[in-house]
Amino acid sequence: MKNVFTIFKREFFGYFNSPVAYVILVIFVLAAQGFTFFFGNFLDQGDASLARPFFMWHPWLYIVLAPAVGMKLWSEEYRLGTLELLMTMPIAPWQSILGKYLAAAVVWAIALLLTFPIVWTVFYLGNPDLGPILSAYVASYCYALSCLAVTCAVSAFTRSQVICFIISVAICLLLTLFGMQPIIEAIIKALPSSMEGVVRFIAYLCFLTHYYEMTKGLLVLRDLLYFSSIIAVCLMITAWALQSKRS
Amino acid sequence: MIKVENLRKVFGAKVAVDNVSFTVKKGEVLGFLGPNGAGKSTTMRMVTGFFAPTAGSVSIGGVDMLENPEQAKKSIGYLPENAPLYSDMSVSSFLGFCAELRGLHGAARSKAIDHAIDLCFLQNVRNQSVDTLSKGYRHRTCLAQSLIHDPDILILDEPTDGLDPNQKHEVRALIKRMGEKKAIVFSTHILEEVEAACTRAIIIDRGKIVADGTPDELKRRAPGADSVRVIIRGSGARAEIEKLGCVEKIEATASDDSSLIGRALPTKKSTGAEVAREIGALAALRQWKVEELHHVEGKLDEYFRSITRSDVAA
Repeated sequence: MKNVFTIFKREFFGYFNSPVAYVILVIFVLAAQGFTFFFGNFLDQGDASLARPFFMWHPWLYIVLAPAVGMKLWSEEYRLGTLELLMTMPIAPWQSILGKYLAAAVVWAIALLLTFPIVWTVFYLGNPDLGPILSAYVASYCYALSCLAVTCAVSAFTRSQVICFIISVAICLLLTLFGMQPIIEAIIKALPSSMEGVVRFIAYLCFLTHYYEMTKGLLVLRDLLYFSSIIAVCLMITAWALQSKRS
Repeated sequence: MIKVENLRKVFGAKVAVDNVSFTVKKGEVLGFLGPNGAGKSTTMRMVTGFFAPTAGSVSIGGVDMLENPEQAKKSIGYLPENAPLYSDMSVSSFLGFCAELRGLHGAARSKAIDHAIDLCFLQNVRNQSVDTLSKGYRHRTCLAQSLIHDPDILILDEPTDGLDPNQKHEVRALIKRMGEKKAIVFSTHILEEVEAACTRAIIIDRGKIVADGTPDELKRRAPGADSVRVIIRGSGARAEIEKLGCVEKIEATASDDSSLIGRALPTKKSTGAEVAREIGALAALRQWKVEELHHVEGKLDEYFRSITRSDVAA
């Protein structure tokens, strides 16, 4: 565990030694609040709730911003050649993977914590249930972590941060779009009816389907399990990619 | 301490390292020589556990690198080629990070950092950010990283690359000094370095070991090594020198009754030095005019060129 913490520390302070973390935190906080007021019609809905106006936008922000945070995780190691240093240290590869991933995860935890003014606002304006807000925050964090895990896996395949960013955005976008009701319906209509089950199954595997369930205020174990397994699979792919680069 | 057996590495269709075996004992400094692309770095990467070998085994202090990598890596300090560093850290925080991964915490960590900084002359840049360092400093920072836990085994891939002549000299002296208590493998293509610091040298070409011996042994294998070059004016010189007991034969480039220009080769039992002494004594006795009498020791780079082939020469 000490090794995981050492890796974590280096990676985490690496984010704050460069402008990356600050830029992304500022953009995320501004965009999350801005969308809520300007596009989410937060003040017009006449309801002290955050479900729709605030949390609805998060997946779209994560699609772009999570890869921006995660793209350097392994690409940078390849580019600098420091992977050779790291992998010849007396630590297990999973310790490096976990330490680095946790560093990026904590950056996102800070980003979400910094959105507290909107919660404060909604409590000032009305008398909302704290439960749904908390469960939506958990859902949002799960979404961020999943996009981050996808990026982590992609970055283990390339030494170019740009390529990692573009491919990660594309994958996260697909996993979001295929969970949107109108898109699912359109695909079902376009395909023969025998395919409906397959399409619904694929849609079920997408991030957004589970996110909606959770933001409704239902913190279902099933959805938490879903996100954890996405993260676990992505980290395993990372381990495999790192291993294959070395053999 | 290092035992490498039948190591082989294949990338796609290309055989990078083919059946390489060697051992390095404590107190030995092994120089790893070879043209670019010969497989030096690949071999070192397998020894340090970065690359998995296609076949063969690596044992570090009795611990198998493939079966128990974390244990085996503990006793190795490794300087990779091109000295990679995290560019967003300062020298001391980078060394601190490496110390922690080596299991040094608290006071032991600070002590290890100070010691490594002293050893590699980094005092002036201690708190400087790595990406503002000159190449020499970057290289020494990475070298400091490999020494931080005072390992029994050091694997250094081109440790003097990019250093100025003074720094090269210091690093060589450091390697030689540490070599008394550790097992060291370092690669280079600067041949004088091998003579200056190594107790043994291996020459590797196109993935295979083509020579293994002390620098002196290898030098003697150079074409024309350990012979005596002579230019002597005097009647009957050739015939008389040929009769000397220590002379195997004479390869003359030009000779007639009154002079000899060429090389005298010693017999197996004799040495070039003895031949030179005998010829000198004989010349004095006969009052020949000696224009040249030179014992050719042989050069490592001549031997190197005679058994390896670079891409340009091919």
